[in-house]
Amino acid sequence: MSLFYIVIQQLVNGLILGSFYSLVALGYSMVYGIIKLLNFAHGDIYMVGAFVGFGALGIFGSILGVGWLGITVALLISMFLVGLLGMLVHRIAYQPLLNKRAPRMSLLITAVGVSFTLFNGVMVMTNGEYKAFSTSLGYEGISLGPVNITYTQIIMVVSTAILMLVLYWFINRTMYGKAMRAIALDQDACRLMGINVTKTISLTFFVGSALAAAAGVMAGVYYGSIHFYMGFIIGLKAFTAAVIGGIGSIPGAMLGGLILGLLETAGTQLPFVGSAWKDVFTFGILILLLVSKPTGILGKSEIERM
Amino acid sequence: MGNSVGLIDRLKENLGGKKTRGAALAVLFAVVAILPLFANNYIEEVMTNTFFYIVLALGLNIVIGYAGLVDLGYAAFFAVGAYTTGIFMKMGVDFWFTIPISIVFCIIAGIIIGGPTLRLRSDYLAIVTLGFGEITRIVARNLKITGGASGLVGIERPTIFGHKLYQITDFYYTFFVLVILAIIIAMRLHNSRLGRAWQYIREDEDAAEAMGIDPVKTKLYAYMIGAAFGGVAGAFFAVKMTAISPETFAFTQSAMILLAVILGGMGKIPGAILGAVFLVFFPEIFREIGQMRMLVFGILLVIIMVFRPQGLWPQRKS
Repeated sequence: MSLFYIVIQQLVNGLILGSFYSLVALGYSMVYGIIKLLNFAHGDIYMVGAFVGFGALGIFGSILGVGWLGITVALLISMFLVGLLGMLVHRIAYQPLLNKRAPRMSLLITAVGVSFTLFNGVMVMTNGEYKAFSTSLGYEGISLGPVNITYTQIIMVVSTAILMLVLYWFINRTMYGKAMRAIALDQDACRLMGINVTKTISLTFFVGSALAAAAGVMAGVYYGSIHFYMGFIIGLKAFTAAVIGGIGSIPGAMLGGLILGLLETAGTQLPFVGSAWKDVFTFGILILLLVSKPTGILGKSEIERM
Repeated sequence: MGNSVGLIDRLKENLGGKKTRGAALAVLFAVVAILPLFANNYIEEVMTNTFFYIVLALGLNIVIGYAGLVDLGYAAFFAVGAYTTGIFMKMGVDFWFTIPISIVFCIIAGIIIGGPTLRLRSDYLAIVTLGFGEITRIVARNLKITGGASGLVGIERPTIFGHKLYQITDFYYTFFVLVILAIIIAMRLHNSRLGRAWQYIREDEDAAEAMGIDPVKTKLYAYMIGAAFGGVAGAFFAVKMTAISPETFAFTQSAMILLAVILGGMGKIPGAILGAVFLVFFPEIFREIGQMRMLVFGILLVIIMVFRPQGLWPQRKS
């Protein structure tokens, strides 16, 4: 394969990976933007999403088939249920601490606890086994010389784009989105203006978790297998993506995810990096970026000390 | 409930006295010191494990409790210490000489991770330390000198005054001495000038800076000293186990040590010890529930944070 085709192939791979990162990063960024909480459990929400999608496909696959129709239904079910799970986590674990105005360290550690609970809960339920996500999607697609871009890949990227457009519309054009943006600016003022702050935060958790679940199901379909440990690394990477784009910024999370996906696939082609070192490469980027430009590409600079 | 309040007050008065506390500590010390005479190997093993986690918890307590910094990758320092000792002993260096080398390497690791990141906000710090923990594990898995995925095996047992540390009782006393040293150092640090600077920064960084404390430098000291604790614990871990592998130092390990500190109450030495004891005893007592115990841990962590954000036995604010 000539260099040109390698580049094309890696671009496609990077775009897919970047789509998953973007969807997960959005949830991170939204929650961070609204309550300044680094939702540590977000990667595990993604993992739970993949498993719920797997279960839904198991139930509905026999009726609707395991083609696109079945997958779409499973995806929507997973998004809805995991969205509710996100709301539940917020209500049980985070809101009591927010009410007490507890220190941010306590919130962060609660998030670690939630992550532990979800992660080990799924491990116990699945006995730590890999689950094969069997679908009837083939490898047909468009051929560009030796590069084969499957329809599955195209649909993944397009679905991600659609989800992001819907989110963009939701945040910028609806009352709920307006309330979210307002809370991010000044919570107390929002309360005075009659916005139900707790409910809006809850809604943010719903939307963020649903997006992560969508990414989880799509990743399951794309890679063909899921297991309980899949959320840990992607949680870290999605956070990196959110920071690259500027944490708290919605377009930033989208952009950051794509950049990270492309960088990482490019990284595996570099000498001395390779697939064994690719995680080190990504974290290296994160640390370099945090040191040189902690506000990210699209983030607003803020003078705040913790 | 008027009576019970009186009772609790009286109890506090009795227990709070310096003499009573000293006597209680002396009894505890004596019991722990002569325990191997009565106990079987299993109990000694569990106790040795507890001592080991107490040292780690006291080390992490310096970072989290004293200085108020989040560290989700503490196992990395413990790994650096264990691997340094393992590698140098394989090269023929005597165990006792590898300890200072381990400490130096851990301090360097602390500077590498702390130097560029301590200016960041606390939640960024959490992710960076977590990333650093992962990097350390991946590096250990990929390098040849660390033995790759299977790790280092056949690390020699150390000798002290011609006596080879071999049986569990030997290690019991070795780790017991280590715990006492760690407690003394942690106490001395807490009351030192540096310790007070950490508390000041934790409570109000801007005010501390205005008073002439360099926050980045002071925080870096916390990282370096915390790392040194991890390094010493790691060095002894390597010779006790005689085999180390990258998976020993996964995120779960960091999370467990963190849990010990948080459970007990951040910033307090008895709290950290209590947390470590709980951490080791809980899975031993609940052996039957097997895999479930980590799930229970997660739920417990959330519950404790929701109801007692400062930990079970927090530091009393004066």
